[in-house]
Order: sequence, then structure tokens, then C-alpha cells
Amino acid sequence: MFKKILIANRGEIACRVIKTARKMGIKTVAVYSDADRHALHVQMADEAYHIGPPPANQSYIVIDKIMEAIKATGAEAVHPGYGFLSENSKFAEALSAAGVAFIGPPVGAIEAMGDKITSKKIAQDAQVNTVPGYMGLIEDAEEAVKISNQIGYPVMIKASAGGGGKGMRIAWNDTEAREGFESSKNEAANSFGDDRIFIEKFVTQPRHIEIQVLADSHGNAVYLHERECSIQRRNQKVVEEAPSPFLDEETRKAMGEQSVALAKAVGYASAGTVEFIVDGERNFYFLEMNTRLQVEHPVTELITGIDLVEQMIRVAAGEKLPFEQKDLKINGWAIENRLYAEDPYRNFLPSIGRLTRYRPPVEGRTTTGGIVRNDTGVYEGGEISMYYDPMIAKLCTWGETRAAAIEEMRVALDTFEVEGIGHNLPFVAAVMDHERFTSGNMTTAFIAEEYPEGFDGVTLPKDALVKVAAAASAMNRVAEIRRTQVSGRLGNHERRVGTDWIVSLQGEDFATTIAADRDGSNVTIDGAVLRVESDWTPGDSLARLSVGGEPLVLKVDKITHGFRIRFRGADIKVHVRTPRQAELAKLMPEKLPPDTSKLLLCPMPGLIVKVNVAEGDEVQEGQALCTVEAMKMENILRAERKGIVKAVKAAAGDSMAVDEVIIEFE
Amino acid sequence: MKDILQELECRREVARLGGGQKRIDAQHSKGKLTARERIELLLDEGSFEEFDMFKAHRCTDFGMQEQQMPGDGVVTGWGTINGRMVYVFSQDFTVFGGSLSETHAEKICKIMDMAMQNGAPVIGLNDSGGARIQEGVASLAGYADVFQRNIMASGVVPQISVIMGPCAGGAVYSPAMTDFIFMVRDSSYMFVTGPDVVKTVTNEVVTAEELGGASTHTKKSSVADGAFENDVEALAEVRRLVDFLPLNNREKPPVRPFFDEVDRVEESLDTLIPDNPNTPYDMKELIGKIADEGDFFEIQADYAKNILTGFIRMEGQTVGVVANQPMVLAGCLDIDSSRKAARFVRFCDAFEIPILTLVDVPGFLPGTSQEYNGVIKHGAKLLFAYGEATVPKVTVITRKAYGGAYDVMASKHLRGDFNYAWPTAEIAVMGAKGAVEILYRNELGDPDKIAARTKDYEDRFANPFVAAEKGFIDEVIQPRSTRRRVTRAFASLRNKKLTNPWKKHDNIPL
Repeated sequence: MFKKILIANRGEIACRVIKTARKMGIKTVAVYSDADRHALHVQMADEAYHIGPPPANQSYIVIDKIMEAIKATGAEAVHPGYGFLSENSKFAEALSAAGVAFIGPPVGAIEAMGDKITSKKIAQDAQVNTVPGYMGLIEDAEEAVKISNQIGYPVMIKASAGGGGKGMRIAWNDTEAREGFESSKNEAANSFGDDRIFIEKFVTQPRHIEIQVLADSHGNAVYLHERECSIQRRNQKVVEEAPSPFLDEETRKAMGEQSVALAKAVGYASAGTVEFIVDGERNFYFLEMNTRLQVEHPVTELITGIDLVEQMIRVAAGEKLPFEQKDLKINGWAIENRLYAEDPYRNFLPSIGRLTRYRPPVEGRTTTGGIVRNDTGVYEGGEISMYYDPMIAKLCTWGETRAAAIEEMRVALDTFEVEGIGHNLPFVAAVMDHERFTSGNMTTAFIAEEYPEGFDGVTLPKDALVKVAAAASAMNRVAEIRRTQVSGRLGNHERRVGTDWIVSLQGEDFATTIAADRDGSNVTIDGAVLRVESDWTPGDSLARLSVGGEPLVLKVDKITHGFRIRFRGADIKVHVRTPRQAELAKLMPEKLPPDTSKLLLCPMPGLIVKVNVAEGDEVQEGQALCTVEAMKMENILRAERKGIVKAVKAAAGDSMAVDEVIIEFE
Repeated sequence: MKDILQELECRREVARLGGGQKRIDAQHSKGKLTARERIELLLDEGSFEEFDMFKAHRCTDFGMQEQQMPGDGVVTGWGTINGRMVYVFSQDFTVFGGSLSETHAEKICKIMDMAMQNGAPVIGLNDSGGARIQEGVASLAGYADVFQRNIMASGVVPQISVIMGPCAGGAVYSPAMTDFIFMVRDSSYMFVTGPDVVKTVTNEVVTAEELGGASTHTKKSSVADGAFENDVEALAEVRRLVDFLPLNNREKPPVRPFFDEVDRVEESLDTLIPDNPNTPYDMKELIGKIADEGDFFEIQADYAKNILTGFIRMEGQTVGVVANQPMVLAGCLDIDSSRKAARFVRFCDAFEIPILTLVDVPGFLPGTSQEYNGVIKHGAKLLFAYGEATVPKVTVITRKAYGGAYDVMASKHLRGDFNYAWPTAEIAVMGAKGAVEILYRNELGDPDKIAARTKDYEDRFANPFVAAEKGFIDEVIQPRSTRRRVTRAFASLRNKKLTNPWKKHDNIPL
């Protein structure tokens, strides 16, 4: 076995690999750019080696720099994680030339599967089902349109070297095909340095289900069942689970066996993933094979009990797989939510910055018999950098059943505190409560269909409101009593905190009466009595309560006359007032937020790349106004309706803050 | 006998109705509460004791003898806020438009006199059309009587003004001399001369809101210390502020039970200071992580944002915080921020509130507009305020403390009790680049030499140890332990006694 390995990656996956290496008694070397000097993976590794400036193309994906790090530290093997150099055959070759083991598949397999067009041909030869499409390279937009017409819309335009949703577009007509081709090509060139594009049929009612395979260099290969990753936003996976609620035993076996066949066909040895698109009739088509560890591998680990990273390391060291297909059972259910530094209330725009608060739920067995696992590469006081993927953490839960795993996830999300940046926690919490998700009836269009206007928070159902109201009135009592204990009181004329409170939330008023005793309080709402017990004290940002015998976890911030409460994806103001205060508060005018309809505001911190209009221009609805670059993604801001440009307040090259005015309209 | 008792209730009933239901409805339709409703929200339930409910004006001109309303347009008395005594007056816009008459002023003066004698804050809820024109000079005399009391009460009991409607002309000078002014957005305004006069005299066309609304006074003029959405929110927040303040200058600031660890370690503070010395960070995060329960009542949040002022508690006791904010203008001192902080420091010192100063200041803002407008004297205000303050003073330098601004920001030399620095502190006359350009002017043509010189200067001064060697910094502390160190420092200063030499009063550069 290796004595020392280098992890040619950063963030949570580097931390993840270090954990297993440590467990196996292997020393670890982290590499880091200037932006990651204080990163968690650097702190966790036994050694760390600096590899250059922040942009990945000057550090993490520069093969020479990694080779230099290997040489300097004497690492015997390299785990590439995912992304960066993980599927770069030149890197694997360089390692091999230097006599360093690559903890991944052989160069030939990477090359064969790395190209989407080649891989599809190999898959067809290996009797794997494939999607109809054009396998050749496409020269220009006009050819793309022609081919799209031959296949028939809708079509998917993809970067040959793409992955993770980058360089991928769906086109429903010629215009979109033309535009999609151009933008895929540009994105591919920027992200992968390879602008080859191909086009294929876009399958409707599709589900994304993938098979985890594991092979050794002795000709053994097994599949570790499937993961369903249908909950995606713009082809970026958000929620993953294992197993899939959609597959039957027969389909699972067929998919698994085809995947193993493919792995064998390319002489695969390591962990890999064969991605399929599955339609409503459980027809499945090969999409691509990822010759690396997947982001969502933890769900497979949770249901199989196998440490995939450990197996990858062992295979790379020449060991045989210690199990056969028949040993691999599915145990329970696992869900993964990817927490991104993307603001769901601002159309999921990246939100970078400092994590002023970061308190993930406790990992391990829960009191309800489940498991919580949180793979993360950040810490409180750390930074979400603009240079890399905005992922904060991968939160996974396991339960005996799908329903149990989902419930564990809801609680874990309620307990997860992230402050300082915008993040998608409320959104994934909303998905966990979405009926279509809980019923398992989703497709890859789930988010687009269920949140067509974007996400604007969750409306809590009545029973949840009542519980939150009871909790708020109990917390308010604690806070108010403390206020009466200030020094300098007029003796014998102290303030007595009353028992009747009006709790207003989500537009509804609840009259509550609270009777407190030593251990908690009985809150009467609508004639029903709810028992509330909690050790919450003012200043606690997380309130763990028992309301009506059931646990309730709320994120709490103090506001005037009440609390801001975040719970199950809802973010609401809860006012707790005496009946008289509530009566007078009703007289207060409702204030509308200032009119910004005549302004184009910068939706995220970023750099203006291009302003397409000038003062006095008449713009049409949907017309591109300007391009803002943030997190290396170019975002085109379009006109919401017809109008005339009154003033342009920013120019290309300007760095903008959120809500800064870019253009004013008349 | 019954009838006599009944008579009192009837009279009270009439008085409570102020200007009558119609005017009350009109008040409500403007989104404003009545004088009495406001008092109800300001004070503990049922704690209000009214004075002069039946007081009536004595004016007989212009038919005023025909118009008598008990209370004469202002409700006065005392009550409690969380059990602590305060005096209050609340102008009643439904009665003669809340206009100030001789008797109206007498009512205010009465409670102000009592407040000073009995040592309790005065809270004024202003909603008045101005002087009672029918009374002429008697009304003006009334204003001046109130002004004189504002002046006498200054530094004796806290005075808080809440502008909840119009406040114009001479009327503005009473709030102007109180410690804090809060306004209600969209329903209050303050100005010396209104839009009509402005138009006549200067031809400027301006709305009342633009001229003297909450936004103007919190962002531009700094007349107001804060603005709130509506009456209910404003009064709730005034209650919250009163919880921080001592009742008078003979008392220590209040203490209340707290639910926070005194020695709470905040590891995330170790990474608060960015690697790049020119990258800003949010000083509010540090304040939140030092304060009990993260609770910060900010004063003048929208004005001169390059400095933060406000109240926190440490171990349940009020502490005033002054902090440079690197997010705005790099946290420099300038005219506005110096004035803002100076006034806050003087309030704290007047009322025995300990002061915590968090320093990251690159110096004073250069430029003609600063110099022409007298940054020398305005900057001196803050220097003066810190130097004369005898309350416990704890200072933490997080990063830059350059030049004269280092001296100003509660340095050891201005009788700082505890002067801490983080290891990231840079205490020097100026930044390395500027220093080298002056010291090695003849080498400016040689970038390599200059770079080497800059490095030398940084190595020598871009740290807290030179200052620590001289004893100007008492201790270099780990950022994560700041709360523990600062709480202990203040704890050790609970019995601090320091007296300035006797003088009639000082001559701060106004």
C-alpha cells in the first residue's frame, strides 16, 4: 500500500479523500492556490504544497505544477477527486511516466470515455442502449441547425468534453439551436479548453439515473446499484438519492449489467459512473461514463457500506476487489442535498464571500435511528471564493426507508446554520417537502416545472404555523421576562409580563394564551393546548423545541416585536404582540418597497463584461441589455419589457455590487 | 357623592378624546397613532401616570376663549419602561394641530423639572404644527422655556426625541438639543423653514419629505439618529434603547441577566482580517461576535458609515462601541465620521457608559473639501471627546492604526485603560508605500530599491510589536479570544475613578 498520496483537488472532495487516507494510515499531501491558503483541505492534510495563483487554469489544472508538488513531497500516488484533472488523460500519462500511481482508471479508459462521441460508439459496440444523435463534430451554427432538424427537436447541444452542466444547451427551434451552439462552444472553450460540440435527441419525461461501477485491474467489475439525480437545475444536480424510487429489480439489473459490460469493454479499473437517461417507460439510454469519483458518491456509500475512495486506492495499489456482485445489497435509503452558495431568492445567482456563521448538523447516528453525513470543505470564518465551484457542502442522510431518509434530511436542514452569504438551503428544504418529490414522481424538469418563476420561499401550512406561533409565544415570554429584570427598576412597581399574546405570521393572527411552569409552558391557540418545552434563551440562533410532543428546530433572529424565523424553507417574520399592541399595529400603513421597475439592478456581485445598449435606445422585451460575469459564468441580463434607456450607469469593466443600478429606463 | 365621582370620569373621558373622534380618524388615516396610543406603546402596560390632564390655555385672542380642550394639545406624565421610570410628553396633533402654547409648554417644563429632580430620562414624542400663532410671543416664550430645560437636563438625564409628525420652525431646537432623535419614515419631517418659505426666498422647489424627511436627516444632515418604518416600530425600538441607558448621570448604566458565555471563543475571528491589507471586511461582524447575544443597537447607522457607533452589552452591562468600518471609505476618519463619533463618545462619558473602540483606520481623508470644511477642528472634536472621557476605555486595534488617526482612536496616550492589538495590527505613521516615498524620495526612480525599502518598512512597522515594545499596546491578543479579553478588561474597570481638573466647562472645538 502507498505510504503517501497527493490529492490534486480542493474543497470538500479533497477533505473527503484525506479522511479515508487517514483511516487507512496513508499520509496525505494537499495542494493549494493562493485563494486556498487557509482552506480546510490544507489544514487537514499532513503536508500542503502551494501551486500558484487562484484561477484553476494557473494552479489546480496545470499538470506541471501538480507534478512539481509530487516530486517535492514524494507522494506515491495521486487522487484527482472530481473535476480539474480527474478525467485528463494527459495528466494520467504524465503520472505514469513519472512512475506515480493514478488513483483512477487506466489512461485508455479515460480517453475512450472522455470524449462523448467516441464513448457513445464504444457503448453501442458493447450492446449498451444509446440515445439517437449525431456523433460527428459540428463545424458551425448553420450545420448545428441542419443536424438538429435531421434529429428532430427538441435536441440537446453538448460540449464533447463537458460535464456538470457546463457547455450544455437544449434547443427547441432553429434560433435556440444557433444560440445554443455558440454559447456551448464558448463555454466549452473557456471551461475545458476544448470546444468540440455534438447534438443528440432530447428525451422527454427524462429521469437521470446512473450506475456506480467498481473494477480492479484483475478483470473484476461490479456495479454498486444506482443513484437517481433527477432533481437538477440547469443540468446541475441538486438532490441525489440511492436507490432510485423509479427502478424495478429487472431494470436495475439490466442497467447494472450493461454498465459492467461497458467498464470491461474499456478495461476499466477504479470507480466509475455510467450515466443513463431513463424515460417514463423505464427505457434507459447511455449518456456518458464518468471515469472518476462522482460528487454524489456518498449516497452509494451509505446504502452499500462501501468506502469508494478506499476501494479506488486499493485498486490503484493493485489489489483485488474484496467482494463480488452477489455481496452487494441495498441497505435502506440515502439522500444527498448539495448546498450551494447560490441565492435562491435571486434566481440562484452565485453569492460569494465570508461564512460568518457555519454550523452544520452533528454527523453520525441520529436519535431517530438515521445517519447524517456532511461532506464539506469550508468552516466558519472561511471564504466561498469566486474562483471555484460555489458548493458549500453535501449534506446526506440515511434512513431505513425513503420517507425516513427524507425526514432525517428535513431536520438536518433545519439545524444547518449558514450565514454571511446567500445559499440554497431554503430551496432544498422546500424540495424535501414537495409532494412530487416525496412521491418519487420526478423528472429532470422537476425544478423548471415546479418553480417556473423561480423560488420565492415557502408558504407554511396551517398546522406548521400553529406550531411556530406556539413556539414564538413561548420564546417571546422568555425574552420579555428577561427585559423586566434590568437593574434600576422602580421597586414594587415592576412590569409584569402578560399571558395573552397575538402572534402574527404569514398574514394570519393567532390569539395565544401562555401558562408557564418550571419545565415549559402550555400555549392555548384556537382553544387547543400545545405543550412547549425548550432550553432556548435570547441570543440563541437555533431554537430546539418540543411542541405538542414533537421536536421542532427553528432558526431564530430577533426583530422588533418578535422574531425572524426560518424553518422548512420558509423565511418569515413572526410578530408577538400584546392584544393592544396588535390592535394598534393594525393601524399602521402597509409600505410598498421602493419602485425599482424602471431600473436594471445588478443581481449579483460581478464584473460588467459588456453593455449592449446606449442612452436613448428603445429596447424590446427579452432583448439583451448587458452581460455580467460572476463566478466565471456570463449572465445576460434581458429587458423585462419594452422601454427606452434613460441612462447607462455602468460600463464594461466596472465591478458591481448587488442591487447597484446598471441602467435606468424612462 | 356618586355624581362627583362620575364627574371625574366624564371629564377624563372628554380629555382622552383629545380633538375628537373625527380628528383621531384623520390621524389614523395618515398612518399615525394618537398621542395617548403612542404613550401606551412606549410605556409598560398600565404604568402611565398623567399630569395636567385638564390643563387649559389662557389665550383670549382670535376667539381662542371659545375653543378649550382639556390638556391643551400635549399629554404629559411618567411611567415605566421594563419597570424603570421615564418621563414622557406626547404632543396631540388632534388638538390645535399639537401647536405649542404657553400652557402646553408649561406642561412639558413641569415633567422636565421633575425628571431632573428625580433622575429619570425624558422622552418627547413630537407631532406639532408649531407655535400657537394666536398666542404670539407667549408661545415663543414657551419654546424658550423648554429649550432652557433641555440645556439644563443635558448630561443630567438622557433625553430622547421621537419625531412622529411635523416639527418645524423653532420647535426643532428642542429635539436638536436632546441626546437622540428618531424619526418615523414617510410621516415625520423637521426643518427650520418649510418648503413654501424656501421657495419664496431662494426659489428652490423642494418637498417637505426631501427637505426634512427621515431619509434626509438620517443620511444627509445627521440631525436624526435613526428612522423607523412606523409608530409601532419606533416606540418599540425606543424601549429597546432605554434598556441600554442609565436613568441619570448619578447612576451606573443598567445591567440585566445575559445568556451568553463570558469567555466565548470565536475561532472565525482569526480569519476576519483578509490576507490583502487593502481588502475590506465588515467590522459589524466583530461587534456582533464580541457583544452579549450579538445584540447591537446602532446609532446613526445611515450616516458617515465609515464609523460605527452604538450600544452593546458585555456581561449584561451597557458598553458604547465606536468602530472604524473598513467597508466604507476604508474606515478613514473625516469630518462626518469624527463629528458622529465625538458626539457619541461624549454621550457615553456623560452617562458613565464604558467605551469600546475597535480600530482599523488608514488615517484622515485627504482633500480640499475636507480641509476647506474644517476637518482640523472637526477631527479635533473626536480627539477632544476621547481625551476628556473618564469612563472605562478599552481599545482593540484589528489592523491599521495610521498617523494622527491612531492617536485619536482612544489610544493609550488619551488615557486608554486597556489598549489591545491583534497580531494583524499595523501601527505606524502611515502605510509602507507612502512612508517609503517620503523617506527615500531620491530612490523613487529605482523600483527594485523602493520595493526593498517598502518591505523593510513593512517588516519593521506592519505589526503591533513596535508599539507593544513601547508600552503603547498593553497586550497583543488572539482575535478569537477578543470577547473574553475585553469583558475581563471592563470587569476590572468597574471601580475606575478618574477625575478631570475643575473647570466651569471645557471649550471643545465646536
